[in-house]
Amino acid sequence: MATQHSRSAARVMMAPAVFLLLVWMLVPLCLTLYFSLLDYRPLRGTFDCCEGLGNYVRFVSSSAFQDSVVTTLMMVGGILVITVIGGILLALLLDQPIFGQGVVRILVIAPFFVMPTVAALVWKNMFMNPVNGLLAHLWRFFGAEPVEWLTNVPLLSIIIIVSWMWLPFATLILLTAIQSLDSEQLEAAEMDGAGFFSRFGYIILPHMARAITVVILIQTIFLLSIFAEIFVTTGGGFGTRTLTYLVYQRVIESQNVGLGSAGGIIAVILANIVAFFLMRIVGKNLDA
Amino acid sequence: MGRITLDKVRKAFGEVEVIPPLDLTIEDGEFVVFVGPSGCGKSTLLRLIAGLEDVTDGQIRIDGQDATRVPPAKRGLAMVFQSYALYPHMSVRKNIAFPLKMAGLPQAEQDKRVTNAASVLNLTDYLERRPGQLSGGQRQRVAIGRAIVREPAAFLFDEPLSNLDAALRVGMRLEISELHKRLETTMIYVTHDQVEAMTMADKIVVLRAGNIEQVGSPLELYKEPRNLFVAGFIGSPKMNLLDGDEAARRNAATIGVRPEHIVPSATEGPWQGTVGVSEHLGSDTFFHVHLDGRKEPITVRAGGEVDMHHGDRIFLTPDESRIHRFDAEGLRIP
Repeated sequence: MATQHSRSAARVMMAPAVFLLLVWMLVPLCLTLYFSLLDYRPLRGTFDCCEGLGNYVRFVSSSAFQDSVVTTLMMVGGILVITVIGGILLALLLDQPIFGQGVVRILVIAPFFVMPTVAALVWKNMFMNPVNGLLAHLWRFFGAEPVEWLTNVPLLSIIIIVSWMWLPFATLILLTAIQSLDSEQLEAAEMDGAGFFSRFGYIILPHMARAITVVILIQTIFLLSIFAEIFVTTGGGFGTRTLTYLVYQRVIESQNVGLGSAGGIIAVILANIVAFFLMRIVGKNLDA
Repeated sequence: MGRITLDKVRKAFGEVEVIPPLDLTIEDGEFVVFVGPSGCGKSTLLRLIAGLEDVTDGQIRIDGQDATRVPPAKRGLAMVFQSYALYPHMSVRKNIAFPLKMAGLPQAEQDKRVTNAASVLNLTDYLERRPGQLSGGQRQRVAIGRAIVREPAAFLFDEPLSNLDAALRVGMRLEISELHKRLETTMIYVTHDQVEAMTMADKIVVLRAGNIEQVGSPLELYKEPRNLFVAGFIGSPKMNLLDGDEAARRNAATIGVRPEHIVPSATEGPWQGTVGVSEHLGSDTFFHVHLDGRKEPITVRAGGEVDMHHGDRIFLTPDESRIHRFDAEGLRIP
């Protein structure tokens, strides 16, 4: 079908969509770039040009920036570790033939459909509340002092909440990976004398490597921009201010659009660096 | 040593009985082929011996030891799967060494055995490749290599050649037969292809619906099929089966005569008919002959360069001494 004629026709027909996408992407990016070079503070009525790289220098040199980068990395890393390991274990479990398999699978996937804001609020008020939360009751049942989750371990709390939301995603993808494993390979390994852990380490895990890579890549992209969960729980306090949240604070709370835009551009650059190294480290698995 | 005894082995999946109680003895060093149409339980039987399926009733003994509840790895058997079941992320070397590694052999011993197996199977140049980079026949050899390094009591083959093209299949058939002659280890081979069974086996086990129909050497099965099923299954082209007056004249419900035991002639013979389709193979010619008064054509083998064509009249003389007679139940009348 790919004759010269049909190919050029296809190009013409795709052009509007491509054009729209480009505009959609480029206009906000260019505006952000433009604002980042201005001293733009709407409430004070300043809109001065020629700030140059001043905004960038100010954003990077503030102590809040370094803290936020560390927080972001810890949060994303923690969530990735929990979801990938938990996802593998859950997938192994769900792969077993059990009674009511279909229902169980749907239940496992359910958290993914809960909106981030709702999920965070439910966790905050129903589980982690130090007086009435279920976890507090559980702690008291065992005679322990309830943990004040969001006050004492805020970062861990948010990691738990977001992990809960993303665990189904990881489980789902890893489960399909496990199910695509040829059962004869496992039988061959069994005959070759491999026990369960050897089979897992030598056959199942390498088979899932590609799916794990996909999970890590996709999750990293989405986790770098976590916002709602922080907003409704700690509001960025107690060392939970990620880079995304810092940019939000600069723009909305400090009403400094220029500084926030510079932060946004820096966040884009950092995210690209992270993505580049991720691709280098785990992307090898995608070639095989 | 690899003497395998099945004693009243029965297998049922829930209500469905796949293999009714069955007795079979496989002698040490024998090449045994399980053959039968698809769904006859031959693969299940092999998996029972391997330990990949649990026996419902009965006992499996390997070298006199009860192995019924022994896990697959401890039975000392090696299996070659239909899909080869190679580990795709490991090199050929690691694939072959995997059972040795699992057994915890020292590295030097592993290397020695892998090198040996590779040279036996002509895989030396491919040791560092991944299975995905090999051809079908090479993958097959890797799977065999993985089996022989363990020096098992017996090899189990589950339709190993069915994924190969016809030419390669003939070659691998020879290679496996030669391997058996050299190793002198018990081999159990499952196939639905009666040509593979006839060419390779010391002993053929014909199965139908989980029942053993007959056990014997290829020629025994060819010369004296115990019933109609075996008669129809063994031999290529298939035996011609005739009922009605021809059978009644010989005091049987059905008679069978092989295509190669009928002499065609253009002028004389007790059976008359018309030549239908003819298949010229060069060495042989197979005529499909429509006998007068019969619907089903019968197959006749003639020499390579017989000059007879579609629509010609033909006279056939069956070799009376090689006509098989069967009673109404389909059992052989001696």
